[in-house]
Amino acid sequence: MSVTPYIVLSAILFTIGCVGVLTRRNAIVVFMCVELMLNASNLALVAFAHQNGNLDGQIAAFFVMVVAAAEVVVGLAIIMTIFRTRRSASVDDASLLKY
Amino acid sequence: MIAFWVLAPIMVIAALGILFVRKAVHAALLLAVVMMSLAVLYLALEAPFLFAVQIIVYTGAILMLFLFVLMLVGVDASDSVVETIKGQRVIAIVLGLIFGATLVLGLGQLTLGTAVGLEKANEGGNIERLADLLFGRYVFAFETTSALLITAAVGAMVLAHRERIEPRETQAEIAARRMREYAETGAHPGPLPAPGVFARHNAVDTPALLPDGSPAEASISRVFAARGTVRSAPADVKAIQAMVTGVSTSSTDGETAEAEEDQQ
Repeated sequence: MSVTPYIVLSAILFTIGCVGVLTRRNAIVVFMCVELMLNASNLALVAFAHQNGNLDGQIAAFFVMVVAAAEVVVGLAIIMTIFRTRRSASVDDASLLKY
Repeated sequence: MIAFWVLAPIMVIAALGILFVRKAVHAALLLAVVMMSLAVLYLALEAPFLFAVQIIVYTGAILMLFLFVLMLVGVDASDSVVETIKGQRVIAIVLGLIFGATLVLGLGQLTLGTAVGLEKANEGGNIERLADLLFGRYVFAFETTSALLITAAVGAMVLAHRERIEPRETQAEIAARRMREYAETGAHPGPLPAPGVFARHNAVDTPALLPDGSPAEASISRVFAARGTVRSAPADVKAIQAMVTGVSTSSTDGETAEAEEDQQ
């Protein structure tokens, strides 16, 4: 069994996540696309662990999951705070730092 | 490999769906599909521990957090179609296609050979071997993770906590304010009208009808108005009237009889 299809699937998912981050406006959906990219990289890590016959890739995927959990918690709290003050979850509305 | 060829198209379609659905809740559910399928793929790649962690942490915790925040924030959850930067969407899609094609073509040409497999590495149990690594070679990274998680928890609490700057309004103050508003602007001092009064349904999304048949805007939550899911009472009335006028031609129809009852 070759792991190349898994790697290609991971690349496709990563690309979809990337395009989603660039095109969607809703901050929560942008976050979901970031999660999709992290998941795609996890799949590649696990597939390479299977290819090489050692478990370091699975450990790396485990750490990615931990960091993703922390990132989501803080990110959603920031979105909540922005929504509370601006009544909007759009990434384009929070642009005051530009001026 | 059967699991892969079954799940891969589902995952790609669900992931593409995240790009195109309008409502954020639907995107969250499609993300759940992708994550559950990923968990099964982990099982196929001999990673039973990550299979369980993927379901518990991602689908269980992170997605529930997303849905929870959507419940609080999701009132205006639909995306606006207006572009802030002109042509950004087209450029992003073109660049994404180029990036994806490069990745897929490049990776497709890799010759990795047959996979070694994890039978030897998983000897004595996948979880035991992972624990050996985690608390052996990677113990420092593991300890750092705990600091990261504590920081994230404290950060979320600080960000989500709202400081009350003025004291809470007491019941007597609320009554006094309402009577003052009544005296100054004529605003109704009593409670808001209940939804569904004199309307066809008593559901919360059906506005109460005023004596002239027009809907009372104050009787429904403004969330429904923002989501655009308010049932239009006059439209319902028109439908009923249309049905009732049809009675003369087909009086045996059970549905029209029911509509007649409703109108009474």
